[in-house]
Amino acid sequence: MKRTTLIIVVVLALFSVYGCSSYNGLVQKDETVNGSWSKVQTQYQRRADLIPNLVNTVKGAADFEKETLTQVIQARASATAMNLDASDLTPENIQKFQAAQDQLSGALSRLLVSVERYPELKANQNFLELQAQLEGTENRISVARNDFNDTVKDYNQAVRVFPAAVFAGLFGFDQKGYFEGTEAAQTAPAVAF
Amino acid sequence: MLKKTLLFISLITLTFSVFGQDIPPRPNPPKLVNDLVGNLLSAQQINALEQKLVNYNDTTSTQIVVVIVNSVEPYDMNTYALELGRKWGVGQKGKNNGIVLLWAPGDRKVYIATGYGMEGVLPDAYAKRIVDQVIIPRFKEIQYYEGLDAGVTAIMKYASGEYKAEPRSNGGEDSIIPILVFFIIIFVFIYVSRKGGGGGGFNSRGGGGLPYSTYTGWGRSSGNWGGGGFGGGSSGGGFGGFGGGSFGGGGAGGSY
Repeated sequence: MKRTTLIIVVVLALFSVYGCSSYNGLVQKDETVNGSWSKVQTQYQRRADLIPNLVNTVKGAADFEKETLTQVIQARASATAMNLDASDLTPENIQKFQAAQDQLSGALSRLLVSVERYPELKANQNFLELQAQLEGTENRISVARNDFNDTVKDYNQAVRVFPAAVFAGLFGFDQKGYFEGTEAAQTAPAVAF
Repeated sequence: MLKKTLLFISLITLTFSVFGQDIPPRPNPPKLVNDLVGNLLSAQQINALEQKLVNYNDTTSTQIVVVIVNSVEPYDMNTYALELGRKWGVGQKGKNNGIVLLWAPGDRKVYIATGYGMEGVLPDAYAKRIVDQVIIPRFKEIQYYEGLDAGVTAIMKYASGEYKAEPRSNGGEDSIIPILVFFIIIFVFIYVSRKGGGGGGFNSRGGGGLPYSTYTGWGRSSGNWGGGGFGGGSSGGGFGGFGGGSFGGGGAGGSY
């Protein structure tokens, strides 16, 4: 009798110790994901902040096509309206967030392509530096997104592997979403022989 | 099904072949000028540049590393410079004040990548300006050393005043603490195991604390101090090592 109680106590103690450590591990990973998410948001915000400047500079160029500009402005508005809290990073939400941002990326790249037809813009020092900043921001976004995906992968693994998965379910740690490659990057280049 | 499998396999092999080229490993002994191509700069020029960068690192702790590789294919300049900066740990940990000046003569491209901590003093627009207005005009006239030297000078001009090296005035103090902690742990271990009399479930393992004391030499130790003052040039000291700084994708580049 005494022996069985002892065994039960030991098992319970081990269980709770293990539960605690896996809970703490999950919290840590969750926080890492939150940190990397805030970096992603910072970089997207930085891009959104650059756009008004860019639009104003481009507007100054003689008869720059209005349509491209309004597309950028609208895409920016809908992208900044989409605010995703770090506690809410479900796959669906990430997908929505990414869709809004990718629309802005598309509108921006169309704008930068059409600028090619305006030589006075391409000679404008102000515009050139804005362009460099914008390119740098796009790079930062992709780095932040990659880093975010890495941390999410780490977190999701911890949530899904067997013994910890029990505790993850118990404490309400859900899987989080990834950033997917953009469509342009996904379509493999066609190779013609 | 078979078709899908085949497609999958070919996709995987494609991915591997695309990323076949690796970022070069951290140079050993650590150097700030890394010419992996060979015949573009003379040994004397490399030494002069290295000395300049080492001095700058010693006075400001900002690490500017010049890397020359033939080609960055299949990466783009930004990714290559970023990965290299992260892998080598250019800049100090915590400050992230590293800069990678990457030149790929095979691609005819130059890129300046800035660590997290340098993005404030050297925003992308300035990096672009340095590449376009300082480096590339000289590269076009095949003045490679002059281009790199002027580029580095321009970077230093922007970056000056942002960071200072932290002199380790009392080096002994730093290294004694971990040893002391180590001895205390061993002491406690011995004491506990003596008291337990070895009868309980615990075995005394004296070496249990050992793995935590591994101390690598990488850090902000920059071994040599070039005497007092700036630009002594005669310090002759080597580069102490990279500090573990990180990069976030900042920077700009151009082609010539």
